[in-house]
Amino acid sequence: MYNFEFVKPASVADAVAALGEEDAQALGGGQTLIPTLKQRLAAPSKLVSLSGIAEMKGVSAADGVLSVGGATTHGTVAAEAGAYPALADLASHIGDPAVRNRGTIGGSLANNDPSACYPSAALASGATIVTNAREIAADDYFQGMFTTALEEGEIITAVKFPIPEAANYQKFLQPASRFALVGVFVAKYADGVRVAVTGASEDGVFRWSEAEAALSKEFRGDALMDLKVDPANMIGDLHGTKEYRAHLVGVLTKRAVVAAG
Amino acid sequence: MPKDSGIGASPKRREDVRFLTGAGNYTDDINVNGQAYVHFLRSDVAHAKINGLDTSAAEAMPGVVRIFTGADFEGVGGMPCGWQVTDRHGDPMQEPPHPILAQGKVRHVGDPIAAVVADSAEQARDAAEAIVLDLEELPAVVNMKAALEDGATKVHDDLTSNLCYDWVLGETDDAAVQKAFDDAAHVTTLELTNQRLVANPMEPRVAVGDYNRGTDEHTLYTTSQNPHVIRLLMCAFVLGLPEHKVRVIAPDVGGGFGTKIFHYAEEAFCTFAAKACNRPVKWTASRSEAFLSDAQGRDHVTKIELALDKDNNFTALRTNTLANMGAYLSTFSSSVPTWLHGTLMAGNYKTPVIQVNVKAVFTTTVPVDAYRGAGRPEATFQLERVIDKAAREVGVDPVALRRQNFVTEFPYDTPVALTYDTGDYNGTMDKLEVAADFAGFAARRAESEKNGKLRGLGVNCYIEACGIAPSNVVGMLGARAGLYDAATVRVNATGSISVMVGAHSHGQGHETAFPQVVAEMIGIDESQVEIVHGDTSKIPFGMGTYGSRSLAVCGSAMVRATEKIINKAKKIAAHLMEASDADIELKDGVFSVAGTDKSVAWGDVTLTAYVPHNFPLEDIEPGLEETAFYDPANFTYPAGAYACEVEVDPETGKVTIERFAAADDFGNIVNPMIVDGQVHGGIGQGIGQALLENCVYDDSGQLLSASYMDYAMPRADDVPFYTVDHSSQTPCTHNPLGVKGCGEAGAIGSPPAVVNAVIDALQSGGKDVGHIDMPVSPARVWAAMNG
Repeated sequence: MYNFEFVKPASVADAVAALGEEDAQALGGGQTLIPTLKQRLAAPSKLVSLSGIAEMKGVSAADGVLSVGGATTHGTVAAEAGAYPALADLASHIGDPAVRNRGTIGGSLANNDPSACYPSAALASGATIVTNAREIAADDYFQGMFTTALEEGEIITAVKFPIPEAANYQKFLQPASRFALVGVFVAKYADGVRVAVTGASEDGVFRWSEAEAALSKEFRGDALMDLKVDPANMIGDLHGTKEYRAHLVGVLTKRAVVAAG
Repeated sequence: MPKDSGIGASPKRREDVRFLTGAGNYTDDINVNGQAYVHFLRSDVAHAKINGLDTSAAEAMPGVVRIFTGADFEGVGGMPCGWQVTDRHGDPMQEPPHPILAQGKVRHVGDPIAAVVADSAEQARDAAEAIVLDLEELPAVVNMKAALEDGATKVHDDLTSNLCYDWVLGETDDAAVQKAFDDAAHVTTLELTNQRLVANPMEPRVAVGDYNRGTDEHTLYTTSQNPHVIRLLMCAFVLGLPEHKVRVIAPDVGGGFGTKIFHYAEEAFCTFAAKACNRPVKWTASRSEAFLSDAQGRDHVTKIELALDKDNNFTALRTNTLANMGAYLSTFSSSVPTWLHGTLMAGNYKTPVIQVNVKAVFTTTVPVDAYRGAGRPEATFQLERVIDKAAREVGVDPVALRRQNFVTEFPYDTPVALTYDTGDYNGTMDKLEVAADFAGFAARRAESEKNGKLRGLGVNCYIEACGIAPSNVVGMLGARAGLYDAATVRVNATGSISVMVGAHSHGQGHETAFPQVVAEMIGIDESQVEIVHGDTSKIPFGMGTYGSRSLAVCGSAMVRATEKIINKAKKIAAHLMEASDADIELKDGVFSVAGTDKSVAWGDVTLTAYVPHNFPLEDIEPGLEETAFYDPANFTYPAGAYACEVEVDPETGKVTIERFAAADDFGNIVNPMIVDGQVHGGIGQGIGQALLENCVYDDSGQLLSASYMDYAMPRADDVPFYTVDHSSQTPCTHNPLGVKGCGEAGAIGSPPAVVNAVIDALQSGGKDVGHIDMPVSPARVWAAMNG
């Protein structure tokens, strides 16, 4: 890695100020950024750690909404998001214990890795991404692989998840990285069902609207019977063809619906 | 009653105390005062001409000691190949030069171009980035078939083609082989790939070079399975140094699996640079460098044909294999697809006519060499897969078909150059049938089907030629080394013993198992015996650890040296008791005179050897230290039968290994617990190959699986609990311990069992799938089911 300065502000305001400098880079849990730096694939002049900001940590539930601070680790979400069991379960299966004890929800959503788990939960839940500057609806936030609505220097301070009536996340592991080869998050709300898919598409996380329509009419695995995802935009790589990923989207969606009950 | 000490007991591994408490001493733990650090600038393209290499800006960077390029090694030898294969026409293989640093061309991603020595590792890396390189890219040569076509881009301009050799073993009369196929009642044909693997020992490679200007002595600390071999190759073929001025130390080594057998350019470089810079130099590979520079394994493409008569007897076997050598010939690369592969094609079966054809091919990829099993897994996989396919095609039980064709009389001369000294393949299969509970399979399959899963049972046999090897035989076959081993047993005055062994222990448990042998022979406590290994200055000589040879070869040397010790000690004891040598008996560490109550303890005799006040000085010398070299009379032939049960999720193609049983015949066993562990580890690696691991280059020669994000190593939850039975024991007939070797068996025997099981599962679900190449990933299984 190249040399850089390191600061660990105690408030969002100080972090925003520090990130105003040229080539400054926010550091969440560092589970993607630190390996990138070690490979010398990035050369920020300053790392601004968000891990010392108390106001960005923690999980709370009120009025049917689960709020998770942007600097909250996956391990904490797994342990404390009992009000939204499908989300806690998702967090408990990210990486391994070392990853879960360092990696944060804000870091994951800001990076928007096309195979990460959290984007599917945020999108399927219709979550609100809260930053230091504004609130962004999940439907507007995810804009393709590694691309989000965040502006330069903007920090995710919290994520608000409306708690669904039923939900489930099904992850099929990429055998090497154990990221999602395909992951499907299904969430059922009073006003309809949302289905978000990660790992599969070259456009990053997406909503499978045909499945949502079918499941909103009838929340049963059988409701998906004839539905297929078009393989055209799917990822094809060493671990699975486009056709295989498209097939898995259907299988996992059905399983998520059955598991959600 | 299980024994609690000596041969056959299972004391816990004494070396694990230091490994598990962070007290190991690995090469990267070694830091020499004043050391500088090396960073290799490696090619990021597969094939290119070096038109320009300007180090001037880099040399001016902070902390730079010196920058080396290929020009610094003109006149210095290249990396040697230790085995000359003779082709089907009697000509030697094509053997291209392999420079320490690239000269004129780069031939694979990772090929080292320049080396920066600097005060810190970061400074060396910074300076390497400032080297200005002008590469003229040439077409990559990745596909072996394309590499052999007329007009293909040549990896080495000075060779006539990309063909290293075209080799044949067994029946060389093509017409005779064809006749056997023409006469067959049934022929089964299978085309398959044995995919390339990356060894991935937990510890990456490290080299530390140190030079003493006062004494003109070199010391190389390195992550090696065989420090004497490294010293010999480096001194004699690469750097032209006198061996007595070079010490090679391989301390604790964190896994080898074959890839640390070979002499690597980085070792020669650090030795050379330490003198050139008059400063110790250290290089530690990153994991990324390991992917691009450790010799890789397997990578065969094979067509195999099996002929059967009307009674299902095997009548002929013919194979055609392309074997990838990569860009250069690594130390033992040429021997792997030939003498370590073709010779095993008889397997456990009495097939009368066998022809093995192998073409070795140069490509612009990382060199390929021995990896756990080395040639024998490739042989076993194709043979056991084609037998399984044949059984299905002719409609017989695959186990019955194997039993029918087993070799049952020993010694057995195979048509492919080996003589099996002993074995009991039916007996071993009997053990497997019990260990794997064949009888309960139908019920387990029914249960799986109730849960919507397909269940399959895969069985296969294996045989391997281990304990390599008789030097006179391998010499005739092209080996440029002898394959004996050596041990010195040094008895101290107080009776404790240091045994200096040529075998290197890097996970095999020698430090525990070897003392069990010596202690049993003398009748003293194991704690009184210590194994010393891994340092050329402490050990007489050694050819190292690979090919499951340590106990069979080096252990035999140790037995011979211990016998010499006992003979001499008996003379001393006879003198002390005023008796004849012939009347002395040694039992439980006490020498006695037969038929009398006279006795003298081991410690009294050893003390007398070093305090020879009352000593037969006119007959024997004082002291008690003996060395033996042991050259085996034959290979050893461990053999076994493995069974794997899988569940396949028909919706996703995911394979889960539900049960795995291994029945092995390793001959006599010194430490059953360590043998279990070796088998467990080997099966884990075999399951890794069968289900997960895949080293893939794209058409431009870039390694796609260059990190753990894409190269899938087996994890604990990928493997089941194993049932291992090694009670089928036919002792080796030609070494003193009757041992055969167990280190590679698991990796050799398990991949076909897994794939056979998957095919069985799919067939049970009505899917007529004949074969799936490894790794049998969910995507491939699903594609096969829906293809």
